[in-house]
Amino acid sequence: MDYLDNLEAKSVYILREAYKDFKSLCMLWSIGKDSTVLLWLARKAFFGHVPIPLVHIDTHYKIPAMIEYRDNIAREWKLNMVYGENADALKNKQTFPDGNLDRISCCKNLKSEALKHTLSGDWPRYRMNHDTGKYDLDKNTEPYTGVIVGARADEEGSRSKERVFSPRDKASDWDVGDQPPELFEQFKTDFAPGSHVRIHPLLDWTELNIWEYIQREKIPIIDLYFDNGEGQRFRSLGCFPCTTPVESRSKNVEEIVEELRSGKFANIAERSGRAQDKEDGGGLETLRREGYM
Amino acid sequence: MIDKKEQLNLVIVGHVDHGKSTFLGRLLHDTNSLPEGKLEQVKAVCERNSKPFEYAFLLDALKDEQSQGITIDAARCFFNTDKRHYIIFDAPGHIEFLKNMVTGAGQAEAGILLIDAKEGVKENSRRHGFLLSLLGIKQIVVLVNKMDLVDFSEDVFNSIKKEYTEFLKDINVNPIEIIPISAFNGDNMVTKSEKSPWYKGKPVVEHIDLFKKEPERTDKAFRFPVQDIYKFTEENDDRRLVAGTVRTGSISKGDKVLFLPSKKESSITSIEQFNVTSQTTSSAGQSVGFTLDTQLYIKPGEVMVKVSEAKQHPFSSTTFKANVFWLGKQPLIKNKKYKLKLASARESVYLKEIVNVMDASELTSTTNNKSVNRHDVGECIFQTIRPVSFDLATDFEFTGRFVIVDGYEIAGGGIITQAIESESSQIQDFISKRDYAWEKSVISPESRYLRYNHKAKFIVITGPDDTGKIDLAKTIEERLFNDGKKAYFMGISNMLSGVGATSSAGVEDRDEHIRSLGELAHLFTDSGQIFISTVSNLDDVEAEILKELNKPNDIVVINIGESRFKDFPVHLQLETPIDKEDALNKIYLLLQDQLGFANYSI
Repeated sequence: MDYLDNLEAKSVYILREAYKDFKSLCMLWSIGKDSTVLLWLARKAFFGHVPIPLVHIDTHYKIPAMIEYRDNIAREWKLNMVYGENADALKNKQTFPDGNLDRISCCKNLKSEALKHTLSGDWPRYRMNHDTGKYDLDKNTEPYTGVIVGARADEEGSRSKERVFSPRDKASDWDVGDQPPELFEQFKTDFAPGSHVRIHPLLDWTELNIWEYIQREKIPIIDLYFDNGEGQRFRSLGCFPCTTPVESRSKNVEEIVEELRSGKFANIAERSGRAQDKEDGGGLETLRREGYM
Repeated sequence: MIDKKEQLNLVIVGHVDHGKSTFLGRLLHDTNSLPEGKLEQVKAVCERNSKPFEYAFLLDALKDEQSQGITIDAARCFFNTDKRHYIIFDAPGHIEFLKNMVTGAGQAEAGILLIDAKEGVKENSRRHGFLLSLLGIKQIVVLVNKMDLVDFSEDVFNSIKKEYTEFLKDINVNPIEIIPISAFNGDNMVTKSEKSPWYKGKPVVEHIDLFKKEPERTDKAFRFPVQDIYKFTEENDDRRLVAGTVRTGSISKGDKVLFLPSKKESSITSIEQFNVTSQTTSSAGQSVGFTLDTQLYIKPGEVMVKVSEAKQHPFSSTTFKANVFWLGKQPLIKNKKYKLKLASARESVYLKEIVNVMDASELTSTTNNKSVNRHDVGECIFQTIRPVSFDLATDFEFTGRFVIVDGYEIAGGGIITQAIESESSQIQDFISKRDYAWEKSVISPESRYLRYNHKAKFIVITGPDDTGKIDLAKTIEERLFNDGKKAYFMGISNMLSGVGATSSAGVEDRDEHIRSLGELAHLFTDSGQIFISTVSNLDDVEAEILKELNKPNDIVVINIGESRFKDFPVHLQLETPIDKEDALNKIYLLLQDQLGFANYSI
């Protein structure tokens, strides 16, 4: 077995642990490469099925192609697709740049808050109806107690300290100073009512591993990651006001792998195109403590 | 395709302030593993704040450490050499954060332990060394750091080397090398330093590349802890999949397999993985699924082994001896129920005996302990309610190690050192205590029998959900009552029916439920009555527990539909859907015999 086989086997094991021990489980799908790999690993874990609802937080500032891609995959793979949003913030323009808000506060409104209330079920959730192809109001308002997330330890500082099973309290807060021990591949699967657990099957994967795996498994990935012919591509996907493409001529997965392994991006941080990180002093810890992914 | 480099996990440990972060910062820098511009950025910040630059700041900037200059959590760092990919866990040295240290070390294949040349061997230098050995990390390199502060004195180095080597010898650890370094200045990191000409060994980075990757354990006997059992019905999928990770050995299609501790047998029909073309064998490390040639009722937590490897099968017992290190805020004590997580098994577990407790830094052991306190290591005997299958940790790591959950928290970790034939079970201990305290009535069971004209009896109706158990139980109660018998149907049992039957999440609730039911049955039958109840999916172990608890009176077990029993002698097996009249006739014949009365008309 090579290291991709090992990473895959361990992630599959983690997903099955989560599925076994959490009655109300969901998986966050941001449409980006990491959570798409995670979705693929779920199909591995459950032998082609995805018995877990996929939750997408729609900021309505996402690059439009992302939503189209999401719904196509959801239809094709018969996913239990759910989305949530911060309807009030959008209505009242509590956003960046058209509202009077900085980037971090916008992230907090459209992502952290929307996520918190979508997970707890106290804001409306919308579920894809596979008969009509449209989204209906989801009748299930039960809180999700296990939330699978595609965070990787090498993305930035605060994520390197994460546990595979990471508990959050009622307010979704993360107590970085007092995390549970994790050893012998045994995780924290017991938790107090009202709290929930974030599950991170991709913690040991690097950006390069992700692309190598996409290449090996031929995972259909959104084409925003590839050079559109103008010498630019996205390396990390987010909302269009805060995400800038990088200069790159990589047109396919093979060229991206090469670029990361030995080319121009071998030593440049992945999130260099994400403007909100810089406002936060180079780290996402502030946002993450409050529930950001 | 992908490069064929290996990936190895390392952990860095040592006493607080002995220079772990500085070492790691230097290592990342010297192996060109830092993001572009990071070094310049941190240097510029130092200059602005008139602080001398330190490599530790570099690491802090990477990890956003915002605490008081001490590492509080095990953080992953990634770096590459020409030979390998590495993940390094930077483990905190402060005692408060021992659980974080254990988290880092628990995932590593090799350890680097730092000792400050000026301070010498400290409490956590020893504690961490001991824990590394307990966690099964056999490859350890010791670095005597801050050699610049003692002018690279060979004498200072040798005295630390001697003291620490003796300590390691006591715990059977043989360090690969002890290296004098200055992480701050980079001595003996990548190249050998001129300042320590007396050191004849290799620099640190060369040693890191010499750590051996644990070989895939394909040459050992086959172990497959059953993680879960799936039946996804979408898109007409009719596979019943036994899912898990092959931990050791290998298996092929057609092999005969045995599930332990239930001892159920079957053979492999197919090996299943998504997006992989048909597979005929599977070996250590793979997360796969199997379909079997018989429909077996097995539970997650059982271990699948090969029939052909009978000599190397795991132990199946309720009792084992283990070295356990305790991390919980509350001490580990007797007569308290904990949850055991061993491989895929989840069981209620009790501490039965403390053989001795060892101070993990001094290696002094004490006997006659009432508890194992936080940060101590205890040699203990544990007992579960149901038998569990396990190995000795020295033979099979994954099936020989466990964690103990107290409340909601993982409170300790342990490695099994011995399987024990138990002379008494948890239930028997409980019963002898109960019977000792029991004030016996002056009315004898015989007098009650003569008065009521029937024996006292506990009738249990079991089987899968929705098979008409409750309806049948009520009918039996009514008929017996109308016939003048003292019969009582207890309906509350249904409240917990199904809990833990297929999922392991509710194992403790289920155990508690079975115990309460057996206790209630004992009260009713002791009063001479016929006590009737239903339980979903009773199995051998649980039926035995009910039988024991209800003694000296007898139990009658009636199973409807699919049976989970293998060895327990069920009195009556009814097939679904049940024909009620026919069922009642059969029960009548059975009870006539069992209750000791004649001419019973139903």
